[in-house]
Amino acid sequence: MTAAEQYVAAAYLVVFVVVLAWVVIVATKLERLEQALQDVSVVREARTDEPALAEPTRRTASARAPHGAVEAEMR
Amino acid sequence: MAATLRRAVHSENHRLIRSAWLALVLMAGAVALIAYYAPEDADQGLSQKIFYVHVPIAVTAYACFGWGAWKALRHLSRGQAGADMESYVAIHVGLVFGVLTLATGSIWARISWGTWWTWASDQLVLFLVLFLFYSAYMMLRFSVADGPQRANLCAVYALFGVVLIPVSFFAIRLSHDLIHPVVFNQHGPQMAGSMLLTFCVAWAALLALASTLYRIELAGKRIDRRLRALKELHT
Repeated sequence: MTAAEQYVAAAYLVVFVVVLAWVVIVATKLERLEQALQDVSVVREARTDEPALAEPTRRTASARAPHGAVEAEMR
Repeated sequence: MAATLRRAVHSENHRLIRSAWLALVLMAGAVALIAYYAPEDADQGLSQKIFYVHVPIAVTAYACFGWGAWKALRHLSRGQAGADMESYVAIHVGLVFGVLTLATGSIWARISWGTWWTWASDQLVLFLVLFLFYSAYMMLRFSVADGPQRANLCAVYALFGVVLIPVSFFAIRLSHDLIHPVVFNQHGPQMAGSMLLTFCVAWAALLALASTLYRIELAGKRIDRRLRALKELHT
């Protein structure tokens, strides 16, 4: 390989490596965003599940027990 | 409201995918043209092939800085939503292309002039000044707290920087720099038609690549911002 070939190859390799590094950085960011999205989803699901779980308990309890007992159960 | 947002995101994603495909096709075409079609330069030989990547990258860096300044102007004049973010991302992409310009230029200088860098060339020094100016933009941006004040400061800074682009571009022509070669002068491009075609395809490829990187980066920043807002809502 001549010196000219080596330098031309190096120039193109630099461009390739920088673009590749960019792709790796973007992939890392994407992973972080996915994690953040998952965290938000977990919080949202927990929020959605809360009233759904609490609602039937309250109804059955209120049908059977006096008000104070329902509050105690909720706590 | 949600439907409009969904439509905008869908349209943006569609444009991103189209831009990525265009970049890929053009890059493949450019590499093929450089390797098999463009003739070797009679004077410089094989090392002249660096020209097809070095010059388009430099011009793309100018384009990115110019786009960043345009978005900064839109932010200042019309208060366009998201223009500050777009300006920042354009300058960020411009800096990556700036690094590549300096790196490929140094390699070409080493084989052509026998040195990695020379302070005697106005073109080189002015491009370095431009690059450092926009690097300082990043320092400014990350030293001020997020908010309207930072957006305004950065927009003004980006607008000042754009003045350096024509200075850097025309410096070589004005100063009669004998070190850095001039290919495009008032008589048009000083090269064969096959070389010009290869150069144009390579330039289009790098513009498409810059556009794709810009859209990817912007999409990531927008998602990040929305997620932060959602997190704040849920905590």
